[in-house]
Amino acid sequence: MTRANSGAMTGAEMIVKALKDQGVEVIFGYPGGAVLPIYDAIFQQNDIRHVLVRHEQGAIHMAEGYARSTGKPGVALVTSGPGATNAVTGLTDALLDSIPIVVLSGQVPTFMIGTDGFQEADTVGITRPCTKMNWLVKDTEKLAATIHEAFHVATSGRPGPVLVDIPKDVQFAPSTYTPKEKARTGHYQPKVKGDIDQITRLVEMIEKAERPVFYTGGGVINSGPGASQLLRELVEATGFPITSTLMGLGAYPASGKAWLGMLGMHGLYEANLAMHGCDLMINIGARFDDRITGRVKDFSPHSQKAHIDIDPSSINKVIRVDVPIVGDVGHVLEDLLRIWKSRGRKVNKEGLGKWWAQIKEWQAVNCLDYKNSEKTIKPQYALQRLEALTKGMDRYVTTEVGQHQMWAAQFLGFEAPNRWMTSGGLGTMGYGLPASIGVQVAHPEALVINVAGEASWLMNMQEMGTAMQFRAPVKQFILNNERLGMVRQWQELLHGERYSHSWSESLPDFVKLAEAFGCKGIRCSDPRDLDDAILEMIRYDGPVIFDCLVEKHENCFPMIPSGKPHNEMLLGDADTQGVIKAGGAVLV
Amino acid sequence: MSALNIKKGSTSHSAYDLRDPYAEVIESHTLAVLVDNESGVLARVIGLFSGRGYNIDSLTVAEVDHEGHRSRITIVTRGTPQVIEQIKAQLARIVPVHEVHDLTVEGPAVQRELALIKVAGKGDHRIEALRLAEIFRANVVDSTLESFVFEMTGTPEKIDAFADLMRPLGLREVARTGVAALSRGI
Repeated sequence: MTRANSGAMTGAEMIVKALKDQGVEVIFGYPGGAVLPIYDAIFQQNDIRHVLVRHEQGAIHMAEGYARSTGKPGVALVTSGPGATNAVTGLTDALLDSIPIVVLSGQVPTFMIGTDGFQEADTVGITRPCTKMNWLVKDTEKLAATIHEAFHVATSGRPGPVLVDIPKDVQFAPSTYTPKEKARTGHYQPKVKGDIDQITRLVEMIEKAERPVFYTGGGVINSGPGASQLLRELVEATGFPITSTLMGLGAYPASGKAWLGMLGMHGLYEANLAMHGCDLMINIGARFDDRITGRVKDFSPHSQKAHIDIDPSSINKVIRVDVPIVGDVGHVLEDLLRIWKSRGRKVNKEGLGKWWAQIKEWQAVNCLDYKNSEKTIKPQYALQRLEALTKGMDRYVTTEVGQHQMWAAQFLGFEAPNRWMTSGGLGTMGYGLPASIGVQVAHPEALVINVAGEASWLMNMQEMGTAMQFRAPVKQFILNNERLGMVRQWQELLHGERYSHSWSESLPDFVKLAEAFGCKGIRCSDPRDLDDAILEMIRYDGPVIFDCLVEKHENCFPMIPSGKPHNEMLLGDADTQGVIKAGGAVLV
Repeated sequence: MSALNIKKGSTSHSAYDLRDPYAEVIESHTLAVLVDNESGVLARVIGLFSGRGYNIDSLTVAEVDHEGHRSRITIVTRGTPQVIEQIKAQLARIVPVHEVHDLTVEGPAVQRELALIKVAGKGDHRIEALRLAEIFRANVVDSTLESFVFEMTGTPEKIDAFADLMRPLGLREVARTGVAALSRGI
């Protein structure tokens, strides 16, 4: 190639340069025929680190873990055909949880597209519904600009996953690089400032409310650390109680005195009853998901509702609100605080006093209470010990999906945003292990724990190889009940205790599995040994697979049964007989 | 499922919303969507409708600004007011979508559709078809001794009415473009 004279570079070189210009430090990927030129370009530089995964789904979840723990976009590189289709679950996961990731996929050369070539798939067609936006680049001249545009779209407005599909001939061809500043971004500039009139209306409601509650979500985290700070200031200044969705944990500290705990299907009694009984609900960056609302008809029937969201389509989608505010949480909270302060920082002290007295009564129910055992490890106990023994450490937690995830949300406390990575919207089993590696790559010195169930964990366990190769000392804390715990719980409550295929008969020996991967395995089955075993896990300088054998038939409470409103939640096994009717059974 | 009164296809709503399907009025709205004329944008719009269970009664698309690479998609859709609002919000957040206009609520608008209608017949039927075509201001664009192809432009209702009249007279085939619409005035 004669590019030395012309200042041109190949498409593959352009990709690497564009990533560098976007500040990318690490990419998670897996090579294949259609991305070989890109891998060649990666080989010839040292600025960007490449983490070789074991399966493309792992690459996407690692990019998600990286993104959620840093606030920066995660980047993944996959080959054409199966490489791209393996990325689909991760893309959908990132779409539902609004996580900014940029996926580059290889494609067969442009002249072969449509011929059912080897490892050809209609990647932009397949990923269209599971990305915020995607592009097939057919011309090297447009490649750099498209990658810059992709980063802009992924990180602007409501964040999300994007994919750029790059045919192999486009990677080889020489052309001129488009710098970041010259890329097209003007067409996509979502509005970040909220409407001042609506914000003022909300301030008026805040001044009068007798029974207010803040209901916060992942939007606060996505808005950046500044938004969490403003939220904390607002909560402290008003003295209003605050609850959060699974996605928003850490935005307000769990040790904060206005904290009610997580709300929703397995949320805390006090949080859900506060939602049901409030007269002013202030939704900040949450989306009235069905795990939160329960029966829509009876959702918080006596409240006025305000909703702050950067995505207009989230507003009035499920729940009609009185004060819609479209904007970025950070910007809106800044205006809200300024206006509220300028009007004299008023709240209804008398009403608020009564409201808190009521909330204290609900808190006294102690809804997370469970019957501990001296013989077997209760999963709740295991998490309480994990919390106690890691408190104050530089700790990040990821989870898989199921009962353990809900217990982790209930029993672990998060003091800061970006410390809790879990698959909320899509509920992707197999998320936690690769996500923990992505977090560890971003924070090499931190303690990164994946709270897992054994069934979920097995779904992406091949990534232990990645953890070993890249010396990511992730701690896999597996609450092993030899069951698909949440499925089993639903079968017990909804399907006449017919446990259809919800247990695994031939689980691997996790300690031997750890040895096979070359990492440390720890097994614990006696509550008396648990503390020492957890400390051993924390202190070990390398990846650990911790097989924590727990009570097999523990149910996760509190629980709002399907199709029930917040005030009909179940607190324990005694409440469960015959409560779920046919109408609820069809729901998930 | 029907016994539980779950509204079919309303995936934009919570699964917990066991609503009475007759409780809310279904409205027809004509939406004009201005998009970048780039590959995949139509699939993105159609995918939104199928993926979220919205209805499309009619859809037309063509480039309207060659230099600006803009296409205009006109969609006639149906739904409750809340669903219509959702459709508009969902369309607006598609990255290559620039503008979404609800011509049904943004003041008066003109709507037109073009149809080609083939009618075959002899004798009285043939004469009657031609006479009705004149009343409807349809043009004959092709003729054999035993058939006509009529071209007509009008509202979808007018075309429906004409096609209904042609049915007993030997209607063979209908090709329709779908609705194109513009707001009235400046």
